Amino acid sequence: MSLELKSVSKRVGAETHIHATDLTLKDDGFNILLGTTLSGKTTLMQLMAGLERPTSGEIWFDGKNVTRVPTQKRNVSMVHQQFINYPNLSVFENIASPLKVAGVARDEIAKRVDRVAELLKLGPLLKRRPGALSGGQQQRTALARALVKDADLILLDEPLANLDFKLREELRDELPRLFADRSCTVVYATTEPSEALLLGGHTATLHEGRITQFGETGKIYRHPADLLSAKVFSDPPINTAEVVKAGDRFSLSQEVSWPAGPKLAGLADGPYTVGIRPHHILPSPNDTARIPIRGKVLVTELSGSESVIHFAMGKATWVSQSHGIHAFEIGAEAELFMDAERFFYFGADESLVAA
Amino acid sequence: MSEIVLKDLRHSYVPAPKDDADWALKQVDVRWSDGGAYALLGPSGCGKTTLLNIISGLLTPTEGQVFFGTRDVTHEPPEQRNIAQVFQFPVVYDTMTVYDNLAFPLRNRGVPAADVDAQVRQIAEMLDLEDGLFKRAAGLTADGKQKISLGRGLVRSDVNVIMFDEPLTVIDPHLKWQLRSKLKELHHEVGSTMIYVTHDQTEALTFADQVVVMYEGTVVQIGTPVELFERPKHTFVGHFIGSPGMNVLPCQLEGGVPQVGGQPVPLGNGPVEAPAGARLELGVRPEFVTFADEGLPVQVVKVSDAGRHSIVETRLAGNRVMLLVREGESLPSESARLSFDPAHTQVYADGWMIA
Repeated sequence: MSLELKSVSKRVGAETHIHATDLTLKDDGFNILLGTTLSGKTTLMQLMAGLERPTSGEIWFDGKNVTRVPTQKRNVSMVHQQFINYPNLSVFENIASPLKVAGVARDEIAKRVDRVAELLKLGPLLKRRPGALSGGQQQRTALARALVKDADLILLDEPLANLDFKLREELRDELPRLFADRSCTVVYATTEPSEALLLGGHTATLHEGRITQFGETGKIYRHPADLLSAKVFSDPPINTAEVVKAGDRFSLSQEVSWPAGPKLAGLADGPYTVGIRPHHILPSPNDTARIPIRGKVLVTELSGSESVIHFAMGKATWVSQSHGIHAFEIGAEAELFMDAERFFYFGADESLVAA
Repeated sequence: MSEIVLKDLRHSYVPAPKDDADWALKQVDVRWSDGGAYALLGPSGCGKTTLLNIISGLLTPTEGQVFFGTRDVTHEPPEQRNIAQVFQFPVVYDTMTVYDNLAFPLRNRGVPAADVDAQVRQIAEMLDLEDGLFKRAAGLTADGKQKISLGRGLVRSDVNVIMFDEPLTVIDPHLKWQLRSKLKELHHEVGSTMIYVTHDQTEALTFADQVVVMYEGTVVQIGTPVELFERPKHTFVGHFIGSPGMNVLPCQLEGGVPQVGGQPVPLGNGPVEAPAGARLELGVRPEFVTFADEGLPVQVVKVSDAGRHSIVETRLAGNRVMLLVREGESLPSESARLSFDPAHTQVYADGWMIA
C-alpha cells in the first residue's frame, strides 16, 4: 500500500506552505520527514491525512485518488507531539475508542486492546486514567490508540519530542519493531538528524516547504544531493568552506590544501563549496584524517564519551566532534586533522559534484 | 556571588511523611563553589525541580538548610536571595523592545540608567542581539525569544547564582548547538555560579564541570562528566548517562573473577569480593566493548547506523550487549566474539559499584 503525492502544493493566503511536491512513500519501514520547525512537516502530514486539502495536485493511496476523500473515510491514524488522550476515560477506553467508533464487537475490542497494550507495556495500567500516568506512559497510550485500529496510514508527528531523553531512546528502539509486521505506510516527522538515522527506512529532507531529497536514510546521509540537504541532515551543523581546485590540488587557504585524488581528478578547475561533517575533523591524525589545520579554540564540550571542539579558522567558526576526551585550553591555538576522503564537494549551483 | 551549600535537605509534599515513598527529596548534601558550572541531571520525577525550587526559595524544605556563603537563607523568600532564573519557555514581554526586555531586571532593581545601558549592551553583544535591539520582541522566533530569556538571566552581574531550568527543550537541534556553546562561552566570560537543570544528558555533560545525578529523590553520584562516564558508581548512572547506556549483565563470582553466562570476564584490578547474598552485575559501556578473535561468544541481532558509528546489538547468554563500531569499520554478520576493556569494566552489588 503506497501513498503518492502528485504535484501537491498548499498555499494559505499569499504564503506558500508547501511547494509543488512529488513523493511516493514506501510501505516497508519508516518514511521520515526531517526538517526544522516550520519546514512543512506537519502541513505535509495534514495533507496526507486529509485534514487539509491541497491547493493543487492529487493524493493517491493504494492506487486510488483520495484527494477529496475526507479523513474519516481514509483509515488514517495520527499521533502528535503533545500526547492527546481523553482525560475522563481509562487507558483501556482510550485505546478502544477508535474501535468503538468503527462498531467493532465488544470481545474483539477487548482482544485487540489487550494485544496492543501488551506490546506497549501498558497491560498493568489499563484501568488507570491518563492523568495518573507518566509522560512516557501517556504517549504510549496515544501510540496504542493509533496502532489498535490497523490503519493503512500512520502519521507520527514528533511523537517523542516531549519525552525524557532515556524514554525517547527506549521508544525509538521499540517503534520500528511495533510496525515491522504490519502492512501499513508509516510517516514519522522529526527535527533530529540522529533520530532519522537510528530509525532507518527512508528519509525526506525538508526545507521551507520543499522536499530537497528523498531516499534510503543511510544513503542520503552519505550522499546528500545538494548543500541544503546536507545541512538539514547534519547534527552538529556541517562545516562548510569555499575552496578552489587548481590542477591536482584543492586549497582552502594559503596554508591548507590537499591533493585531488583519482575520484576528483575529473572535476574542472575553479571554486567549490566543501562540506565537512564535524566527526571528520579529529584532534589526532589517523589513516585517513591527515590534513592538519589550525584554529583558535572558542568552546570545548567534553561529555565524558566524546569531545566537541568549536574553533575559529579564518572568519568562520568550525566544529570538530570526536570519540574520547580531548582537552583544549580555551583561547589557545589547536591543531586538528581533516579526513579529506569524506568531504562533500558542491558546485556553483550547490548540487553535489563529488563525495 | 558565593558558595552554595545544601545541608541535609529533605522534602516531602505530604504533611506527615512516614515511609520512604513520601519523600520527594530523601537526602541531599551538596556544596557548590563560587563561579562553577553545575548541572542537576535526572529523569522526570527524580526531585530535581523540587531541589531547584528550594534553592530559589519557592519552597521551604521540610528538613535541612540552604546556605549562600555563610548566610542561612533557608527561610528567606525568593526576592531576598538575589538569584536569576531562566525557564523552559521564553519569558519575554512581547510589547517591549529587545533592549527593554534585557533592561527590565536591572530597572526593576533601581540600577542607574547609565549602568543599565552599559550592561544591556554588553549582554546584547555576547548574545549577538545587537542588530534588532530596538525592535519589539513580538516578531522573534522561539529561539530568538529564548536568547532574550537567557540574556535577562545573565544581565545582572551581582546575582548569587543563575539557574537554568531545561532552557533548551523547545529549541531545534541545530540552534541548540549554538545556544549551548554560547552559554558555555558566557559562563567563561561572566564567571557567575550557574546551575543547569535537565533530563538531557548531552546538555548536562557538555555544560557542566560537575554534574549531580539524581534518582528517586536521592543524589546517586556527583562527578565530572568523565567520572560519570568512566566510573559510574551506580548502575542507574551507567544506564542513564551514555546513549546507549552501560550494558548491565547479571554475573557470579568464581575465585574473585566475574563470570557471565559461564564465561570469565577479566577485570583491571585484583580479585573481587562481594557481600554475601548481594545481587551481582557486571557493567561495561558500549564504547568499551569490541569485536575480537577470542572472547565472549555472542549473536549479532541488530545494527543501527548512527552516522559516525554503528550501534550493534548482540546477545550474550540471553543478555543484551550493545557496542559501538566506528564508521568505516567492518562488522561480523551473525556469530562473533566480544572483548570488554578490563580497565572500564565494573562490578556492582545491589546496584552499587564494588570493583
